[in-house]
Amino acid sequence: MRYAFYPGCSLERSAASYHKSAMAVADRLGLIFQEVDDWNCCGATEYFAVNKLPAYTLVARNLARVPDDLNQMIAPCSACYVNLKKTNKYMSKYPDLADQVSQALAAGGLGYDPGRLHVRHLLDVIVNDAGYKTIAQDVVRPLSGLRVAPYYGCLLVRPKNGFDNPEYPMSLDRLLRALGAEVVDYPLKAQCCGGHMTQISDKVAYELIRRLLHNAAEYHADVIACVCPMCQLNLDAYQANVNRHFGTDYRIPILYFTQLMALAFGTSAREAGLGSEIVSAYPALAKIDVEMPKEEDKRPHKRPSKQALPMPGKEAR
Amino acid sequence: MSERIGVYICHCGSNIADKVDVEEVAKWAADLPYVEVSRDYEFMCSSLGQELVEDDISERSLTRVVVAACSPHMHERTFRGACSRAGLNPYLFEMANIREHDSWIHEDQDSATYKAKALVSAAVHRVVHHEPLEPMKAKINHATLVVGGGVAGIQAALDIAVAGYPVYLVEREPSIGGHMAQFDKTFPTLDCSACVLTPKMVDVINHPNITLLSYSEVEDVEGYVGNFTVTIRRKARHVKEDLCTGCGICTEKCPKRIVDDVFEAGLGYRKAIYRPFPQAVPKYPVIDAENCIYFERGKCKACQMFCPTEAVDFEQQDEILTVEVGNIILATGYDLFDARKIPQYGYGRLANVFTSLEFERMVNAAGPTRGRIVLRDGVTAPSSIAIIHCVGSRDQNYHAYCSRICCMYSLKFAHLVHERLPEADVYNFYIDMRTPGKGYEEFYHRLLEEGTYFIRGRVAEITDAARRPGEEGKLIVQAEDTLIGSQRRVPVDMVILSPAIQARHDAAEIAHTFGISCSYDNWFIERHAKLDPVATMTDGVFIAGCAQGPKDIPDSVAQGAAAAARVLGLVSQGEVELEPVRASIDEERCSGCRICNDMCPYGAIDFIEELKVSRLNPARCKGCGNCVAACPSGVITGAHFSNEQLLAEIEGILVSLNEVEPAPQFERLQVWRSPSSSAL
Repeated sequence: MRYAFYPGCSLERSAASYHKSAMAVADRLGLIFQEVDDWNCCGATEYFAVNKLPAYTLVARNLARVPDDLNQMIAPCSACYVNLKKTNKYMSKYPDLADQVSQALAAGGLGYDPGRLHVRHLLDVIVNDAGYKTIAQDVVRPLSGLRVAPYYGCLLVRPKNGFDNPEYPMSLDRLLRALGAEVVDYPLKAQCCGGHMTQISDKVAYELIRRLLHNAAEYHADVIACVCPMCQLNLDAYQANVNRHFGTDYRIPILYFTQLMALAFGTSAREAGLGSEIVSAYPALAKIDVEMPKEEDKRPHKRPSKQALPMPGKEAR
Repeated sequence: MSERIGVYICHCGSNIADKVDVEEVAKWAADLPYVEVSRDYEFMCSSLGQELVEDDISERSLTRVVVAACSPHMHERTFRGACSRAGLNPYLFEMANIREHDSWIHEDQDSATYKAKALVSAAVHRVVHHEPLEPMKAKINHATLVVGGGVAGIQAALDIAVAGYPVYLVEREPSIGGHMAQFDKTFPTLDCSACVLTPKMVDVINHPNITLLSYSEVEDVEGYVGNFTVTIRRKARHVKEDLCTGCGICTEKCPKRIVDDVFEAGLGYRKAIYRPFPQAVPKYPVIDAENCIYFERGKCKACQMFCPTEAVDFEQQDEILTVEVGNIILATGYDLFDARKIPQYGYGRLANVFTSLEFERMVNAAGPTRGRIVLRDGVTAPSSIAIIHCVGSRDQNYHAYCSRICCMYSLKFAHLVHERLPEADVYNFYIDMRTPGKGYEEFYHRLLEEGTYFIRGRVAEITDAARRPGEEGKLIVQAEDTLIGSQRRVPVDMVILSPAIQARHDAAEIAHTFGISCSYDNWFIERHAKLDPVATMTDGVFIAGCAQGPKDIPDSVAQGAAAAARVLGLVSQGEVELEPVRASIDEERCSGCRICNDMCPYGAIDFIEELKVSRLNPARCKGCGNCVAACPSGVITGAHFSNEQLLAEIEGILVSLNEVEPAPQFERLQVWRSPSSSAL
């Protein structure tokens, strides 16, 4: 299967490890990612707030640059994904917008047929096109004993009718379980990381980040797996600020899910892009590097007493 | 042919007259062929309107009648009756629908008037070709089938049995009683549910007119009102009912314990050989073959060894039973919405989130905790409880409708908590309090005085992720309090969800088996929303209780009794008139190709092997016309829908196109906006 790949600006620098590991994983799963030629910034969240038409045009230029023989486009960053998907959808839904954007594109010798492309997030493609079964078969270094908190952030699954439940998504949970990890049932998995709030009102952002870290620590997570460069940056780079601000002492490494996949597929730490994270992942990953036997659950595990009432099953009928 | 037709245009108050120039239509229709008299009148369905028709028939010797008014579904019978009373065969009447098909859906008066003329012309041209028809009479079998042994079905069965007629009561589970048997107290009187229900259950088993078929399901229904043939599967109980004394030793000795998802709502356990609850009717246990050790591994038989009367029979097979009945009452009840479909409420993930049915079992003195209110550990009493209304109901993502009973039982839960744990705080998160009913609003006020906290706002999420001091180890209920206009986080020990009640998962299949229809939400559809709430469009099939839509116990009982009264009415008539609108086969000319045999959805056509022709059973034919259209030799005729009649009807419309000049441009068809559904 071949896909147009739109890396987005973050993957060029701050999230280079995401880019590197994503390519390694795609290679292993037989997915061919063809980078969109001469792509540009998606405008992030800000440009749409400033001036809508240029913002849509900016995004549409990326859609227009995908060659005709490809009909699926992948964005690994949740913000890029939402912008591309939104532009694609709104252009098909509102002919007026499509007209204006098309005019602007035509000035640069480009054109896009609204709705032609199917815009998808990297996680969607990996779990639904490659599939959990194939992924599980490729695992050579199971993440046994590593407690991972799956963190989806707010943009990936919202608004509803995306590829997973908007309130309590499960696709990343299942993926990590397929890798052999001990997946923490992380209640804040779809809450906000603060986004660009660190630049506007840092205290608000610190509180949002603290909640996520605190909750992961409560569940004794060794590492938080994320799907978006913004989330990774906030949780990783601002962890020290949060500690200073609240007098806490969190040391939770934040990795991209593709990095954990690459490690499980047996690549070297270097190939998986490790080492660029600010809170070092090595102490936590020692657990799987040395292939320790499966550790017991850190939470006090009580045998249900005879009086205890049964729990209902987890899966909906 | 010289016919004398009377044409009557109804104003229907302003319903028709506002958009259609009725006087103009009446004047115009007077010039149509054979029309003897043409009038308009304010309410044709009134007794004065009907008398108008009757008088004209006798004084002007009318031979045909056309009434242009509402849908034939509403008043065709009314006017057929008027014709009949005046000595005219009721099938020499035709109705033109100028309300639902015309005045209600058009905004422009000229177009609406034009269309009314076309419809009247069609009816006049058609009625000339009508033939007098005589209804067929069929005897009504006195027996009745009641499907579902919940409180609605029990009431219906008892009422019919007491009147002296036989009843077959079919129940899917091992015992009758339905959901009501699971409850502890009933709102608003707080009387004990079992205490009021079990005497009725005992009456059912003791009544000589009732044949109770528990642990059975209806597989197939054939026939028509008065004469249904029903095939019932009696699932193997693996216990011989004639030998079993109901002593319960088998259950005691059974080594296999499983979670009881049905009666205990998943909160308690039962054995592989079990009786759902102590007062079960009938008293005989069943072996759950899916979980029985003997059926899994071929070893054990503990129950058989200990049974003092040798009633356990592992070889027993399902039995197929065929019964003949005249009428059917469906009271198949409801399912609870699966709260796991709303993952942010944590049911199935957070231990101390319970559903309403689980809580009903918990507070029940005969339930798994003997009536103690405890957390999932089975020991700790909660010091604060949140009750969440409208889980899956009044929600565009799941069910848009209101489940009607949840506000009241949530209040009941709050009361029961106050009674048993006086120190505990109880929060009710509601969208709107809906307490219509006798004594219901008073019950709400009682709870306000008992100190329940009422917070108006739909709950956003229930989480164990603590954010503030005081939240650790608790479940935090987050909601926007719309009365004070701010977000609230309420830490509690226990959460009770009040999920929507929804149609049975197999309601659509049941409806198909019995030949009735379901609404979008899979509730069974009644014949008329207001005036015929327990009948269906299929004669002889009635509905009662929650299968028709969410309702509480008094309403379910009322419907059960109402359905029984309708059945008794039919049974005491002794025979039923069947519509003569049906097909007939000219057997002399039938080529025996059998195309019509499979075409008939009612199984009314049989192939006669000796004569090599197809023969129609007129009692089963519903007059759908499938066979008429399919017959390659053209030897099947549909009474009241002959080719002549249909072509004349079309001609009537086309003729009117020429006569009315100029034909006005029709406005674009508007989405039908009923003046208000209560006008129906």
